Amino acid sequence: MDILIAGVGGQGIILASRAIGAAALKTGLRVRTAETIGMAQREGSVVSHVRLGATTAGPLIPRGRADILLALEPAEACRYLDYLKPDGRALISTTPVVPVMASLGATPYPLEEILDYLRNNIARCYFLAAPALAGQAGSHRALNMVMLGALTNLDLPFQAETLLAAALKLLLDRVHDVNRRAFQLGKQALEV
Amino acid sequence: MPELLMGNEAIARGALEAGIRVATAYPGTPASEIMVTLMRFGPEAGVYTEWSVNEKVAVEIAAGAAYAGARAMASMKQMGLNVAADAIMSLAYIGVKGGLVLVVADDPGPHSSQTEQDTRLFARFAKLPVLDPSCPREAYEMTKYAFDLSETLGLPVIVRPTTRTCHACQDVALGTIPPRPPVPGFEKDPRWVIMPSLSARQHVWLNQQQLRAGEEFANSPFNEVYYNGPAGVITSGLSYYYVTEAGERLGVKLSLLKIGTPYPLPEKLVIDFLKQVERVLIVEEQEPVVEDQVIRLAWRHRLPVEIDGKHNGFLPREGEFNPDIVTGALAKFLAIQPAGTHGRPGIPPLPVRPPLLCAGCPHRGSFYAFKQAARDRKVIFTGDIGCYTLGAAPPLEAMDTCLCMGAGLGLAQGLARVQPDTRLVAFVGDSTFFHAGLPSLVNAVHQQTPIVVVVLDNETTAMTGHQPHPGLATDTHHKKIDISQVGRACGVETILTADPLNLEETLTVANQALAAPGPVLVILSHPCPQVAKPAGRYQVDQIACISCHTCIKELGCPALRPDGNGVQIAATCTGCGLCSQVCPVAAIEEVL
Repeated sequence: MDILIAGVGGQGIILASRAIGAAALKTGLRVRTAETIGMAQREGSVVSHVRLGATTAGPLIPRGRADILLALEPAEACRYLDYLKPDGRALISTTPVVPVMASLGATPYPLEEILDYLRNNIARCYFLAAPALAGQAGSHRALNMVMLGALTNLDLPFQAETLLAAALKLLLDRVHDVNRRAFQLGKQALEV
Repeated sequence: MPELLMGNEAIARGALEAGIRVATAYPGTPASEIMVTLMRFGPEAGVYTEWSVNEKVAVEIAAGAAYAGARAMASMKQMGLNVAADAIMSLAYIGVKGGLVLVVADDPGPHSSQTEQDTRLFARFAKLPVLDPSCPREAYEMTKYAFDLSETLGLPVIVRPTTRTCHACQDVALGTIPPRPPVPGFEKDPRWVIMPSLSARQHVWLNQQQLRAGEEFANSPFNEVYYNGPAGVITSGLSYYYVTEAGERLGVKLSLLKIGTPYPLPEKLVIDFLKQVERVLIVEEQEPVVEDQVIRLAWRHRLPVEIDGKHNGFLPREGEFNPDIVTGALAKFLAIQPAGTHGRPGIPPLPVRPPLLCAGCPHRGSFYAFKQAARDRKVIFTGDIGCYTLGAAPPLEAMDTCLCMGAGLGLAQGLARVQPDTRLVAFVGDSTFFHAGLPSLVNAVHQQTPIVVVVLDNETTAMTGHQPHPGLATDTHHKKIDISQVGRACGVETILTADPLNLEETLTVANQALAAPGPVLVILSHPCPQVAKPAGRYQVDQIACISCHTCIKELGCPALRPDGNGVQIAATCTGCGLCSQVCPVAAIEEVL
């Protein structure tokens, strides 16, 4: 299974990628990830490739081959959409992170157009107001955990509990409660 | 059970299992986490670790340990190798006793670098063996092997991962970390003193070692051959996986030679392969290092094989590869149609999203104040490598040049010599100041070149992940070198300091600096918000706000966002208060 995680530097994408990798490893799957670290992490466009189960594959997902697109920001979902399989599924946080360049008027941010495009061009597309749920859990920084919780509804090759445990292992003890709540809120928000 | 390791963690682990005694590094993406990992696990295992002041010093320290027969490692990014080049070139002639491994991470893309230079080519230039790992697991195994090879040949060995190995994670089955072996000790011998007569002899030896290394590599498990028909691919490093995946996607059978040892090339292995196939495609990122050697071998052995690769445009010579590029090249090589990728037409316009200074970054105040002070003067701002390079972006646009570590100071001195009517302000970070700025500051004072050197001191090396440097004493084992005392000792007569989040104070200092004669040293100190605890938060009084958006337009802080007509301050605010200081109507106040 190939999962592409897209978002903005600072949203916790690397942690999400590590948690999925660790959970898959715990389940006995082979794991490859490729992460964006360095200059792009400061509010830049960030993408992480997570590949589970393949043994001959490199760390980068080819275009049009990702089974799941996990997007922590709508414009970034759009930017990396061509990695998704034609029948792939996408889980997208609908709250934009408007770049300073857009606040300065130097770049567009047509949110409604972007959301419409995503809705109309993805076979199975799930939207979530993740930052609001993170706030409800107690911290805007737990956005990535809301998304991971929601992701567990998309037939992952491991249990939700395994993913939660793997994620908490990467976090300091004092933020466990907030992040556990965020994960559960995300999980419930997408249950149908 | 295997562990999920990042490539850099795997390299560190390999070094620990190989019994290193000393590990040194200067931070640089994508190599930084090697030392971060060694610092976490090394001390317990009896390994001395340090962030050295620069890469040349790092290599010299590691070499000293290797002279005594201990195993040592220095890690850096590809541009760091340029800084260390002087030591490395001579070290190849002198050789080592204990295993010395240089890990140099390349950054095809480039994702976070000023160049795409290929360390394999440098290894060939320096006449040092180089290993090219294809994945974190192989990086782990190669690191362990590199120490044995270094001792067998008496030469430093380079391990050259690329970004997609350094910052990729993979399941890696680990061995145990053995106790450190005893250190044989340094033996006094003329062989350690490089004189012309010795270099002349050693050059002969060094050239002989190239043949020995090639023979060693002929039996290396890091080179693999599969015969599967007359069309062959030779590939090096990470490209191996792109090739195997492309082969599967296209459903084709190929003969394959995977090269893990690109220099010196295992010649016999390559010649045997070339004899078995009719045509080959050479797939390697960056420079055609393997391709050049294969062409040379084919010609010399009169082998009638067709060789495709970078030289005839089958693959690009710049930029990072990916599965799609390699699939396209392989399809072209085999004259088949790649499976069409479905296009999604009519994508809406997307925002550009370049990286920028964080909310609460003190550099924002430094740049803003100097821009203000420079408004009625002719000023050029020379920049440097670090987070503050992002000060070049709008709206601050406070950086007119950026070349390499420490170069802002030198460029300013050159510009000042030919443009005497212009004030030259060189911005340099605290870590970069020690890395490469210091000799240049000495030069400016000695030559009495009237530049303004501004040290943007955020008390860390922020861009690469908050490593320490000589300007800090994070524990009792380190002594803090005070930057203003260094300036004084260098003979700078005007030294000014300020807190860059206090705009009035910084503006005064900036004006004084621009008006002062001779070289001036300005130190603007405030801790990086990624390390320090937030000071609080600010909010906009929506009634008082006149929607002029001065705060957004002047500062470009990511926590400030237009909201209807007014401005909203996001939860990412760290309470630096700069926006309240630029607001013309005092509408931004601290949240109490």
